[in-house]
Amino acid sequence: MSATAALIALRQASVHFGPHAALQRVDFELRAGERVALVGANGSGKTTLLRALHGQVRFAGTRTVALDAQGRAPAQAMVFQRPFLLRLSVWRNLMLALWLGGVPRPQREARARESLARVGLLDQAGRPARVLSGGQQQRLALARAWAVRPQVLFLDEPTASLDPSAKREVEQLIAEFGREGMALVMSTHNLGQAKRLATRVVYLEGGRLIVDLPAAKFFTQTLPEAAALFVKGEMSWKD
Amino acid sequence: MEGGFGDSLRAALGLLATADARLVEVLLLSLGVSGAACAIAAGFGMAAGAWLAVARFPGQRALTTLLNTLLALPPVVVGLAVYLLLSRSGPLGSFGILFTPAAMVVAQTILVLPIVAALTRQLVADAWRGNGEQLRSMGAGVLASAVLLLLHERLALVTVLLTAFGRAISEVGAVMIVGGNIEGVTRVMTTTIALETSKGDLPLALGLGLVLLSVVFALNAAIALLQRQHGRHAEGRPR
Repeated sequence: MSATAALIALRQASVHFGPHAALQRVDFELRAGERVALVGANGSGKTTLLRALHGQVRFAGTRTVALDAQGRAPAQAMVFQRPFLLRLSVWRNLMLALWLGGVPRPQREARARESLARVGLLDQAGRPARVLSGGQQQRLALARAWAVRPQVLFLDEPTASLDPSAKREVEQLIAEFGREGMALVMSTHNLGQAKRLATRVVYLEGGRLIVDLPAAKFFTQTLPEAAALFVKGEMSWKD
Repeated sequence: MEGGFGDSLRAALGLLATADARLVEVLLLSLGVSGAACAIAAGFGMAAGAWLAVARFPGQRALTTLLNTLLALPPVVVGLAVYLLLSRSGPLGSFGILFTPAAMVVAQTILVLPIVAALTRQLVADAWRGNGEQLRSMGAGVLASAVLLLLHERLALVTVLLTAFGRAISEVGAVMIVGGNIEGVTRVMTTTIALETSKGDLPLALGLGLVLLSVVFALNAAIALLQRQHGRHAEGRPR
């Protein structure tokens, strides 16, 4: 697999929920190490594009993934805005994620310990997962995702329901994952976050991909009117 | 009616206070039969309900409607059906269990199985609707999702079992038909209450009625306590 080959590619992807077109003929390629922010108003198709890339929604069009020398697809994980944690301890939630992720049993304990330490929750391992604070729960979700060593991590507005302090902690972890070479695709309303974390910004509107630019250009270049208005409106908020 | 309500109540309390042998025997058989029926129904009903909640197959809605309809299964109809199955000329007559506690367990299992399955299906379906995508995203298939959601909803499932037990221990029609209300063999609380009332032995009937209510009350109290303790530790709200 070459460094520039697309890990995941969508061609002419369209998703309809009844009469509503959530995604309309979108072409998208994700390469190794890229950090992509999907931005746009509510209902623009950000989450649907994430789900299509992750293979979690049926769509018209094609989705191709790059296979490695052993014929395996890139490992993927997804973190949701509100993570679903089972009514079990932090430790068991992580061990179950490793089991579901196909990690061999002898490796699970060390992997769980390493992952919890990574997100600063090792001392919380015995606590029930659902009594953790919102920020801790999201860090646990990140640990659960990181534990399966994904090459691609999808994040659906991972900091949207967090307070500023928790938001910083989660953002810091995402930035670290990105620096380590994990490809990231993140939907966000927060353009400040997109600016801090992304190498590429994609603007969607009405299910269509309108702008796809390197982050530096997205925030400096003249954009189509709708995108420019969106950026102007969103950037007026301080994050 | 011999004597007034007050006299009967005093006599009933006397039977309870002295742990009357007849009363204890009937109580233990009732608990044993209904407990066994609920245990069997729990195994099959929870598995079937969870599977019905997460699997997708043609006819699923029809099956769910049928299951919900069976919630109103009349005990006497169940009793009659089991009687026909277990009678000497019936297809299962060779087992020779008609008019034994085993036949009563079979009848009550059939009676409460739809309750356990339908309520489990509803619980798991609600949890699946909100969180199924996250489980799928982690690699959970239908079976793993069903098992994990049963684990997740275990406290609510205890309430389901209590509901089933309440239905089993308080029904009279099915056990009367397949048990025959034979003294010392198949006589349980409800059939004894019916018989003693018809004979005019109100103290024993009333005493058993009080015991029946006490058993259900004690179970409810135990479950409420269990749920409160677990809720405090396992469910808690994000801080």
